Amino acid sequence: MPHGPLVYRQRLLTRITHWVWAVSLFFLLLTGLQIFNAFPSLHIGAESGFDYDNAILKIAAREVDGELQGVTQVFGTSFDTTGVLGVSNGEARAFPAALTIPSTTSLATGRVIHFFFAWVLVITLVVWLVASALNGHLRQLVPTWADLRALPRDLADHARLRFHHTRDYGVLQKLAYASVLFVALPLMILTGLSMSPGFNAAAPWLLDLFQGRQTARTVHFLTMLALIGFFAVHVAMILLAGPLNEMRSILTGWYRTDEHDD
Amino acid sequence: MIDRRKLLLGGAALALSGCKILDSARDRDSALRRLFASHEGLTQSAQRALIGDRLAPEFTEGDIRQGQRPNGSTDPVSASYRRMAETGFQDYRLTVAGLVDQPQSLSLADLTALPSRTQITRHDCVEGWSCIAKWQGVPLGTVLTLAQPKLTARYAVFHCYDAIERGLAGEVFYYESIDLIDAYHAQTILAYAMNGAALPVANGAPLRLRVERQLGYKMAKYVHTIELTDSLAALGQGHGSYWADRGYEWYAGI
Repeated sequence: MPHGPLVYRQRLLTRITHWVWAVSLFFLLLTGLQIFNAFPSLHIGAESGFDYDNAILKIAAREVDGELQGVTQVFGTSFDTTGVLGVSNGEARAFPAALTIPSTTSLATGRVIHFFFAWVLVITLVVWLVASALNGHLRQLVPTWADLRALPRDLADHARLRFHHTRDYGVLQKLAYASVLFVALPLMILTGLSMSPGFNAAAPWLLDLFQGRQTARTVHFLTMLALIGFFAVHVAMILLAGPLNEMRSILTGWYRTDEHDD
Repeated sequence: MIDRRKLLLGGAALALSGCKILDSARDRDSALRRLFASHEGLTQSAQRALIGDRLAPEFTEGDIRQGQRPNGSTDPVSASYRRMAETGFQDYRLTVAGLVDQPQSLSLADLTALPSRTQITRHDCVEGWSCIAKWQGVPLGTVLTLAQPKLTARYAVFHCYDAIERGLAGEVFYYESIDLIDAYHAQTILAYAMNGAALPVANGAPLRLRVERQLGYKMAKYVHTIELTDSLAALGQGHGSYWADRGYEWYAGI
């Protein structure tokens, strides 16, 4: 636990948008898995192959000796995933009830909630982006040359679970937050829009960028996995770096820094 | 301190019960559902402002790599439809009625004699899949021009031969509707041919709608009547389409 001075580290807008995004992403994930369940495979190209195979992932249920078996096929290799993927609680469904909103199968409800939170996410991202460009917060997220030179040391310190509690973000923190805010979330929004037949008419170049609607759908799914990876590391870092201090800073803005910090 | 702990516990409980917390949103009339469904107006206005009368992407012959996957109804059972299908739809008539000055009754020969449009487009099902096929048909705008819609007409409603379900009051026939902006769009056609052959029964023979900037469920198959109206309230359960009555968006541009 650091013993240095308390500093005001997170502005009110940063704290509010952080929690709005957290809630939105939670619902977007679970409704997204509901939507995925309606067609549980991922393809490469403009269309989904039915008479030919362009799938990289398929989740299915099949009957073996009167028992339902969940099968997940990744790049042509099949895995028995009964109980989790393909078949759960004796029911044939790609992702289990515990991971979808609503828990029962309802594509219509999943879509309505998904698009609602997609709007919430996009609107708060735009507000945050404009405000952060004006108030200087954006610069706090972009690594400087000095940061990049400190990268090997920051990596080594993280590997030894030795965390620095400073007013400014560390270089790994900056890289992680910047890649979520400037890469993953924009990618999520653009691949999402690429799946919209209406938006395709407005921006056909997006389909060229992602090499077709079904590829965009696949990238949407893979970026979701990357965001889950970020979430896992983010929470682990909070727990390891001092959860009370970290939670205080994102709830009240105040953060206790190291005693001998410069 | 206690507040924070409560908050963390509350958050953990929320995450654990993730599967059930919004189950009440399944109910069409719940306040929660109405809140979430408020995105639809925003989505429609935003898309309309962005796309104007732009075209959906079109593809080339080389992009057609498979047949068009049939979905929903694939073989209507009503006696009147079966009789027509057995005689190659010779007796088929498309009725255009409602708020029009010149009601129409058009045979397939009448329709194919009108100037046609051919387009290779991607069909996107609400389930998530896509399929590319070539569609030929008469622009809906051409048929509407023949019928001369009254100034009060706002929607074109498509009544179909197929019934997906059978309710207590009898069969529930498929219906769809679009507003006149989409109805007069260049790519909105009444298709009678697919991939260079007569439209197969599984894909909506003898006539189906193509609305290329929306999802597949908008593209009603087995159309027998186009009704021009100023309101969707009196149809079905009042949401303007078979699937909109079942919780899907009426505007299906996303």
